[in-house]
Amino acid sequence: MNKIRSLFPILETKINDRPLVYFDNAATTQKPQVMIDALVDFYQKHNSNIHRGLNPLADRATEMHEATREKVAKFINAKNKKEIVFTRNTTESINLVAKTYGQHFLKAGDKVVLSILEHHSNIVPWLQLKKEIGIELVFITLDPEGNLDLKQAKELISQAGVKFLSLQMASNTLGNVHEISDLIKLAQSKGIKVLLDAAQVIAHQKIDVQNLGANFVAFSAHKMFGPTGVGVLYAGEELLKEMPEFLGGGDMIADVFLDHFTLNELPHKFEAGTPNIADVVAYGATIDFVNDFGLDQIAKIEKELTEYLLQQLQNLDFVEIYGPQIVENHLSSLAFNLKNVHAHDVGDLLGEAGIILRAGQHCTQPLHDFLQVPATVRASLAFYNTKEEIDIFIRELEKINQKFI
Amino acid sequence: MDLYAQNIIEHYKQPRNHGRLAEPKISGKQMNRSCGDQLAVDLRIKDDQIEDLKFEANGCAISVAAMSILSEKLIGQNITEVLAINYQSLLDMLGLPVGERRYKCVLLGLITVQNIILAEQKNPLRTWDDLM
Ligand SMILES: Cc1ncc(COP(=O)(O)O)c(C=O)c1O
Repeated sequence: MNKIRSLFPILETKINDRPLVYFDNAATTQKPQVMIDALVDFYQKHNSNIHRGLNPLADRATEMHEATREKVAKFINAKNKKEIVFTRNTTESINLVAKTYGQHFLKAGDKVVLSILEHHSNIVPWLQLKKEIGIELVFITLDPEGNLDLKQAKELISQAGVKFLSLQMASNTLGNVHEISDLIKLAQSKGIKVLLDAAQVIAHQKIDVQNLGANFVAFSAHKMFGPTGVGVLYAGEELLKEMPEFLGGGDMIADVFLDHFTLNELPHKFEAGTPNIADVVAYGATIDFVNDFGLDQIAKIEKELTEYLLQQLQNLDFVEIYGPQIVENHLSSLAFNLKNVHAHDVGDLLGEAGIILRAGQHCTQPLHDFLQVPATVRASLAFYNTKEEIDIFIRELEKINQKFI
Repeated sequence: MDLYAQNIIEHYKQPRNHGRLAEPKISGKQMNRSCGDQLAVDLRIKDDQIEDLKFEANGCAISVAAMSILSEKLIGQNITEVLAINYQSLLDMLGLPVGERRYKCVLLGLITVQNIILAEQKNPLRTWDDLM
């Protein structure tokens, strides 16, 4: 275990003279030294603008940038690297789809199906489209166990006028991984386009975009031990060709005249301006790191931690846990409240004790409204966390509860 | 210093001036969406003085305790004085070592009371930034 921890230098950090216990991995994961080294190495030895230089340094930087695209394509089993568009984050990837595909192919009255669990980044772009062109949004709700209501979902998807289904693969708040393969199949059989928000699953389970059968898949590098500022949008080549471009500027064009322009090839058509070259290069090193360690191995460790965390929390009679209390099909993340203490007070007091996690609504206000709780505390673990850290966390929760009795 | 000193927790558990006023009164509500805090305040103003104040809150210890302590100071105060309170003077009044992170929790009570008065005067309402 110490070997894993030694790969992530920040885990040595102290907060208020207490060892850092980092339980906010659903917000962003920590970074391995190999990723940090790759970032420094790029700026120290290879920095140059790409795709335009016609000089050896630019060639090298371009190769390094494009090598990451190839690695991402392999990582999610895309057919080729033209299907990988780099963005800033999941949010921008979803916006790209809403503002290009959505703007162009959807029309007033068309229905887009979402769920009430969605992160704001998979609600607001669609609300914007509703305001702009008058699409309608319909929301899948939860069954009494806190899972997506699959029966209702099938009814909603089967309604007339549904053109798009945009769903998360797992909840960033409740932590449950959704069973959506039947919903995707149903949508595909009706010609409904499907976007999957893979932000929360990408660091925890193998994604095979060809198997998933989704048209679009979005995720962020920073939630899988990579740098901030790099997001991915996957879409099939044919679809990307049909879609109009996103932002305008350098790199996305082939030719520019005073009265018109022509578009560059895929995927550059969607990547205007100088990209986040260094971070994309460092993301390549992160993917190697994850592949070397093994997603299976990561998932195995996280499952043990989840099981332990769940048990320990269930033992506390002053704690209320939200969502399905299961270990299978569940991320290493749990949302809860102390019955007598507001989530923000819990978060603040844990923070004082060096335990970093999130208290609030986790960008899922509609879900909190549905659950009728103003805020929750979320502990989200990664494979470098330990049972000892969970013990420290549980002891602090007991202390906080004592303070408020 | 301890943000969750015993007096804060006592005010949270047993807020002063908790409840609703009977008519005549003017009322207002405010939410702090980032925390999910909700506050409803009733005021009775006579001769430009806050004659009585009661509130109901569903929020964190900081927001409830801040409103509770504030309520004791506000009763009997002239409304011009009440409108002159800002974040810094409120912190001094409360004696709370609150960081920026929780500023909305601290301000929730004050902004609610000030906006009830401003609405009654038909003046523009204040935003969080106005108080900083
Ligand atoms: C399910 C889900 N979707 C989307 C996002 C947005 O990711 P980003 O902030 O990297 O755009 C998050 C991040 O919290 C998330 O958990």
